[in-house]
Amino acid sequence: MNIIVCIKQVPNTTDVRIDPVTNTLIRDGVESVINPFDAYAIEEAVRIKERCGGKVTAITMGPPQAENALKEAIGLGCDEGVLVSDRKFAGSDTWATSYTLACAIEKLETYDVILTGKQASDGDTAQVGPGISTHLDIPQVTYVKKIVEINDKAAKVERMTEEGYDVVETPLPCLFTVVKEINTPRMPSLKGMMRAKSAKITKWTAADLDADPAALGLDGSPTRVVKIFTPEARKGGEMISGSAGEVSKELAELLKGEVV
Amino acid sequence: MASIKVHLEKCTGCTLCVKACAFGAIHMSDRKAVIDMAKCTLCGSCVAACKFSAIEIEKAGGPKKDLSAYKDVWVFCEQKKGVIQSISFELLGEGRKLADKLGVKLCAVLLGHGMEDAAEALGERGADKVYLVDHPALKSYQDDPYTAVMVKLVEEFKPEVILCGASTIGRSLISRVAIKTNAGLTADCTGLDIDAKERLLLQTRPAFGGNIMATIIAPNHRPQMATVRHKVMQPAPVQPGRAAEIISKAYPEETFASRTRLLDIVEELTSTVNISEADIIVAGGRGMGSKENFALLEELAKVLGGAVGASRSAVDADWIPYSHQVGQTGKTVVPKLYIACGISGQIQHLIGMQSSKTIVAINKDPDAQIFKVATYGIVGDVNEIVPALTKEFKRVLNK
Repeated sequence: MNIIVCIKQVPNTTDVRIDPVTNTLIRDGVESVINPFDAYAIEEAVRIKERCGGKVTAITMGPPQAENALKEAIGLGCDEGVLVSDRKFAGSDTWATSYTLACAIEKLETYDVILTGKQASDGDTAQVGPGISTHLDIPQVTYVKKIVEINDKAAKVERMTEEGYDVVETPLPCLFTVVKEINTPRMPSLKGMMRAKSAKITKWTAADLDADPAALGLDGSPTRVVKIFTPEARKGGEMISGSAGEVSKELAELLKGEVV
Repeated sequence: MASIKVHLEKCTGCTLCVKACAFGAIHMSDRKAVIDMAKCTLCGSCVAACKFSAIEIEKAGGPKKDLSAYKDVWVFCEQKKGVIQSISFELLGEGRKLADKLGVKLCAVLLGHGMEDAAEALGERGADKVYLVDHPALKSYQDDPYTAVMVKLVEEFKPEVILCGASTIGRSLISRVAIKTNAGLTADCTGLDIDAKERLLLQTRPAFGGNIMATIIAPNHRPQMATVRHKVMQPAPVQPGRAAEIISKAYPEETFASRTRLLDIVEELTSTVNISEADIIVAGGRGMGSKENFALLEELAKVLGGAVGASRSAVDADWIPYSHQVGQTGKTVVPKLYIACGISGQIQHLIGMQSSKTIVAINKDPDAQIFKVATYGIVGDVNEIVPALTKEFKRVLNK
């Protein structure tokens, strides 16, 4: 089975801090990591390979340094890495990003399953996964929390909803976006890390893809950012002290409006 | 290919662009901005931040299209088991304002089976027209038939704006529709407005976990599509007797074909309501100490008529299922009242709840981060305070 996992390198949110004076993002020393949701996609891809056999290819679109994310993915059990990187992709919104990734996936020989995290932690759009499946014209199941059954032809999965979950059957190839509940990612093995070190990453530019140049990067992106601003930081409020009984009384009084 | 350049004669070296760049791609050299092309993503933040119009992004993107055929504001009304979801009423409330600013009609789109009465009722929520597509295949959401029907409706009636809930259904569906109709789509908006002159939808959304806000437009594509965060917009009031024009559409059978098949819908019956819908959330973290103590939160939630939320550590400790997790890897919630019990307030948790109207924090550590976002803070032992609160609210609310 050919399994593809689409990942994104993002700034580590744990490190994201706001400068209290300028009220802007402090980026110095912010480490780049694999999008937390994509870590579950990588793990699930490796588990499918362990169940069904086959090969896992990790793919990412990003700047040259995104190669590190692919090496990390190989350390976690992926077999190959493909970096899609070109200045021509700069300014891509979710439309252009999913188009570019779909073009790259079509360049790979065949695929049965495409996995990706439900969204990336920097943009939080959850639009690129569905975008890829639409460009490829394959079925999708989003917010997958469990792959119940899978074989060469079909899969049965559980899709998380606001109230619980749906059980959905799909033919393959299919794209799944996954949520945290699907698994607990393993730590990289020593063997994996050795392999990652020596792994050769395939690198594709716009010229390597069978893509319409007008649909790439900023030119191919319907949306445009016109303003960026920092929201007014929420300020800490009033502290209430006293015995458990006293603070409860006071709080109940203060919250009268909210709880009726 | 698009490019970015600094007009040196206009650049004053004020460094606003340096601060605005989320990618660290700008530095000052000789008091002039220099853009590192290896890091720049052409996101446009610096262009927006520059007060001197010194930075310009040139975009190739073809001639300006004639977009005048596109009219009306549409709201995709999500239904589950035949019940219109509350997010739809919020979208109709916001959609009404946008339609009035544009001077166009507000239209609801309803896909389902046996939904005629529900369609009529949308008139009372402010819809001028309701596009209704009724078919057994639309009874429950599946990506293929819903996408196919939406694309057909968009192509025939050409709306100017489409709003959709930023829910599991909304995000899955509209992402597909946007690709198929070559439209711009902005995710999870918390603010919408209209530039009446250019007829643009101004879509404001949080990014980087809410640390920055971005306003986004789609100048040369229609419809302009946005998903909207639940509980941020005011629901449309009910206007009894107000009627909408119902436009029922039928399509050839193949439009309703689905490659995926829905086998079962499972509702997980926990004792508490769904956190995305709740107006009050009582949430617990590692500081609750044990699964038994965690149950104290359910009692308080029950008295308040709220839901129980949890931090990641409480979920990882197996005290409560993942569906209750609030934060970056869980759900983003915007209740009227959020009571955080024994939650330290790591950034990943704050991302998911800091837009709540009122936040109460109870923690034994006076330096806990959670107090920095709390409206009211109490330093103390959650295992004493939570039961005392339950008792007090029982008394106050006569329960």
